[in-house]
Amino acid sequence: MLASLNARAAVLSLVLLATFLLAWHVGVQGSKPVQQMDPEYARLMGIAATQGKSAMPGPVEVGAQIWGHLTNPFYDKGPNDKGLGIQLAYSLGRVLLGYFLAVLVALPVGFLIGMSPLMSRALDPFIQVMKPISPLAWMPLALYTIKDSSISAIFVIFICSVWPMLINTAFGVAATRKEWLNVARTLEVSPLRKAFTIILPAAAPTILTGMRISIGIAWLVIVAAEMLVGGTGIGYFVWNEWNNLSITNVITAIFVIGVMGMILDQTLAAIARSVTYPE
Amino acid sequence: MKPVSTSSKFISIEGIARRYPKAGGGKTTIFEDLWFSMNKGEFSCIIGHSGCGKTTVLNILAGLELPEDGVAVVDGRAIEGPSLDRAVIFQSHALLPWRSVLGNVAYAVSSKWRDWSRDQVNAHAMKFIEKVGLKGSELKKPAELSGGMKQRVGIARALSIEPKILLMDEPFSALDALTRGSLQEEVRRICLETGQTAFMITHDVDEAIYLADRIVLMTNGPEAMIAEIVENPLPRDRRRIDVHKSADYYPLRNHLMDFLVSRSKTFKDEIPAGYDKKHPPVVRPCAEPPHVPGETRKVA
Repeated sequence: MLASLNARAAVLSLVLLATFLLAWHVGVQGSKPVQQMDPEYARLMGIAATQGKSAMPGPVEVGAQIWGHLTNPFYDKGPNDKGLGIQLAYSLGRVLLGYFLAVLVALPVGFLIGMSPLMSRALDPFIQVMKPISPLAWMPLALYTIKDSSISAIFVIFICSVWPMLINTAFGVAATRKEWLNVARTLEVSPLRKAFTIILPAAAPTILTGMRISIGIAWLVIVAAEMLVGGTGIGYFVWNEWNNLSITNVITAIFVIGVMGMILDQTLAAIARSVTYPE
Repeated sequence: MKPVSTSSKFISIEGIARRYPKAGGGKTTIFEDLWFSMNKGEFSCIIGHSGCGKTTVLNILAGLELPEDGVAVVDGRAIEGPSLDRAVIFQSHALLPWRSVLGNVAYAVSSKWRDWSRDQVNAHAMKFIEKVGLKGSELKKPAELSGGMKQRVGIARALSIEPKILLMDEPFSALDALTRGSLQEEVRRICLETGQTAFMITHDVDEAIYLADRIVLMTNGPEAMIAEIVENPLPRDRRRIDVHKSADYYPLRNHLMDFLVSRSKTFKDEIPAGYDKKHPPVVRPCAEPPHVPGETRKVA
């Protein structure tokens, strides 16, 4: 019982996973007695009615499906049958493009707001109104003005990731310690050099926190946005497989979305750690 | 254009005033019509209770604040903003936590000599890091240093730009007594070696006695004024460990304590005859009253 906390936590995690998989496996065994019916009718009803099997796939089926996708992620058999890797790449591409456009806007504007009390007050009402708008509410307007579903999805990602970054940048910049600014003043540091050598490193941890929140929101929103715009992407894949009634693929996609979101979040967390300074 | 000083002194504060808006309108005068001057190579300490505007005076000298009236002149030029000629050692050390010791000092060096190569900057910075006894710790981050070591970095950073004046805002007040003592010794040694002009705010009477050539006594604010300027009668080659053995030590210390305890409050109400704001009385508390012409004598 001298195992480290990490080791004990890992064991507990595995136990919980095993319990969950077992419960899932048992839950989808199906218990309904097989009904006697006309063979013609039985063919229409499918295996759920004829053999008493649950329509919900079990962990073994989902595992096999995930393995299938992992071994062949990039096949392309026409618009409605593409590999999971291709769909993920489309989603990731949209998220990263919209996200980086948001970075390009949010960081300079956040600096401006953080450094100028005038701009801060002048822009505050706009931010307060724009921030709570669900990004998907912009979708019709985006489709109408941009007239391209893929770019509209990117715009929606942009608009949902811009606010946390903007607000955190402005806050981090405004909260730069006065003594550090005084150091820059007594050293006659130019405004540009001050922005890059004092304010940016001082505000970096706060800015990265905002960027981490933003990437999380962007990944949440892309699934919904792609369900709306269709065509490609992991969100479209989920909806398409729902229309195919392939619950196995839906569950697979849910799992993949979760893993991808975790990778994005942990990447930003690692960058945040690298710019955090102990005081 | 700011008025040009007529004073021949190296640093000359001429009739400066600072007022803060009062809650409910009007203004509180922290101080006004404040005059005093310093010679090159002199170490001055300013003593007074909180709220008398000592830090404001230092900030005006640093150029971080501007006086509402009057002018502060350094080396014949009115102060219009911060300058690399005047280095500040901050009470809170104000090191940049994301930079190493070397990085912090090098930042100041490269701000002063902008066309220097990285090697030149680092070599110059290292010289001052060695001077404050931090060789070997130059790659550490401030968070890895003790309070005294952090303040040493602050001192190295301030000295590295080779300023005309060193401004210190209670630099040792957050340190323990032993660390404070050794840093006082080092600051005195460095200032004497290089002929550094220095201006320091302190609450610590013994610190002022050990370090200062002249001690400026400020009365309580608001409407604080310079009550007098005390010349330090102790020998120039004094050592911190036996300062208190000097015959002049207790007269000087008692004079300062007496001011802090009572006269800083009452001075305003019983301004001595002939008091001139432009030329506050200069006193020299000693055991034996030596006769120095032109000086007010003060016998303890």
